[in-house]
Amino acid sequence: MQYLVSVIDDKTNPGSTDRQPAISAFNERLIAEGYWVFAGGLADTDAATVIDNRGEQAVFSDGPFVESKEYLAGVWVWEAPDLDVALKLAAEASKVCDRKIEVRPFQ
Amino acid sequence: MSDVEEAVIQAHHAEWARVVAALTRRFGDLDIAEDAAAEAFATAVERWPADGVPPNPGGWLATTANRKAIDRIRRENKRDDKHKAAQLLYDDDPHEPRDAIDDERLRLIFTCCHPALGMETRVALTLRMVAGLTVPEIARAFLVQESTMGQRITRAKAKITAARIPYRVPSAEDLPARVSGVLAVLFLVFNEGYLATGPDTDPVRHDLTAEAIRLTRLIRALLPEDGEVAGLLALMILTEARRTARVSTSGELVTLDEQDRGAWDAALIAEGHRLVRERLAAGVAPGRYQILAAISAVHTSARDVRDTDWSQIVALYDLLVRLDPSPIIALNRAVAVAELDGPEVALAAVDRLEDKLAGYHAYHATRADLLRRLGCSQKSRAAYDKAIELAGNTAETAYLTRRRDQLG
Repeated sequence: MQYLVSVIDDKTNPGSTDRQPAISAFNERLIAEGYWVFAGGLADTDAATVIDNRGEQAVFSDGPFVESKEYLAGVWVWEAPDLDVALKLAAEASKVCDRKIEVRPFQ
Repeated sequence: MSDVEEAVIQAHHAEWARVVAALTRRFGDLDIAEDAAAEAFATAVERWPADGVPPNPGGWLATTANRKAIDRIRRENKRDDKHKAAQLLYDDDPHEPRDAIDDERLRLIFTCCHPALGMETRVALTLRMVAGLTVPEIARAFLVQESTMGQRITRAKAKITAARIPYRVPSAEDLPARVSGVLAVLFLVFNEGYLATGPDTDPVRHDLTAEAIRLTRLIRALLPEDGEVAGLLALMILTEARRTARVSTSGELVTLDEQDRGAWDAALIAEGHRLVRERLAAGVAPGRYQILAAISAVHTSARDVRDTDWSQIVALYDLLVRLDPSPIIALNRAVAVAELDGPEVALAAVDRLEDKLAGYHAYHATRADLLRRLGCSQKSRAAYDKAIELAGNTAETAYLTRRRDQLG
């Protein structure tokens, strides 16, 4: 079962910026234990572009699809046997990243 | 009630959770399990009056429900898919020895009370899947629309499948935290029955308190060594023992000091005391429910309110405050302090809680009573007004109104 694991940051109360070494170590462990599928940190939401080509022509708009205080700072994809395993890892991830984590199953 | 009707009700109480749990294990789908169990019981209601109650009602229900589930899967013509899904939901390590606690119903309870589900959802799902209440019954108990409650349960089942919430008893390392999550659900069900909210409900919902006690007894039978399970059961039983004395014939709340102690249920009190003594003898530091049960045991040991051992009660609250620094515990402690050190000391302690409890009716009711005892009628009246405004229970409102109107 694969889970999308989102790292959520808060513009008004951001997590600490010195987490990279801890996150790298955590990633090494995810790989070694067979949970790791994908990981990536995201650039600032200002760098986002939304494309809507449902109409006559593609419309581009600058910025994220929804402006909010909280935003997606990075994602993982994990392979885990069930939600309990994913939640346990996510609890660790939240400490390691110093940020909130959302766990959402793929269909 | 006829013998057959009684047999159906009894089988429902004894077998519902077992049937749902076994089907969930076999087919890996709560939805199929729930529907097939409900169909099997409906068939029993139809058939038992004519055919007689089978010698082994549980076996009959399990077999019938199994057949219903297979029928449904065939009907939906998705047998292979369902089997695939079933395997996904199965415990991936079924051979791990669990000894006494390896009961199907435990898996069901832990799944329904999973921390990834919202608290309201856990309560609803537990009442439906484990206690076997119908959706309309649960909706009535929590004063929500039937369709809302139905959706809540459907969404929960969908999340369990989609997120793959495992169908198993948590590992030993996670067990204490998960058991305490289950107890929180049961305590919530009990409290809603004990002090039902809303203008149109009975002040005490016996159906809910009885259901909560029944489920806690089940957990106790499954986890007999767990002190907090015993503590919660004792607390519920000692509270239930006072049920008939708690509300007057005119529908007014009767406080502990004014209750007719002869009307308390002696058998339940004896059982509650036995559980509390058992926990004392265990010599393990007690948790929150065990301390609350011990407090209740001290109260119910006094034949007359004047014989109450208040110093013991305050000492127990001191213990509790250390475990649970919540302002509500501090408020209850102050009520006991009033008996030991007088209302003035208690009022000072209560007033310190204003920031946190200004929106809680019991805070104002306690202040009103202490102010009354100190002869401050005007302030007491204002506090009663505030308490009446905030109280949601009809019997409590009636009691507070009378006390206010009796002020000189």
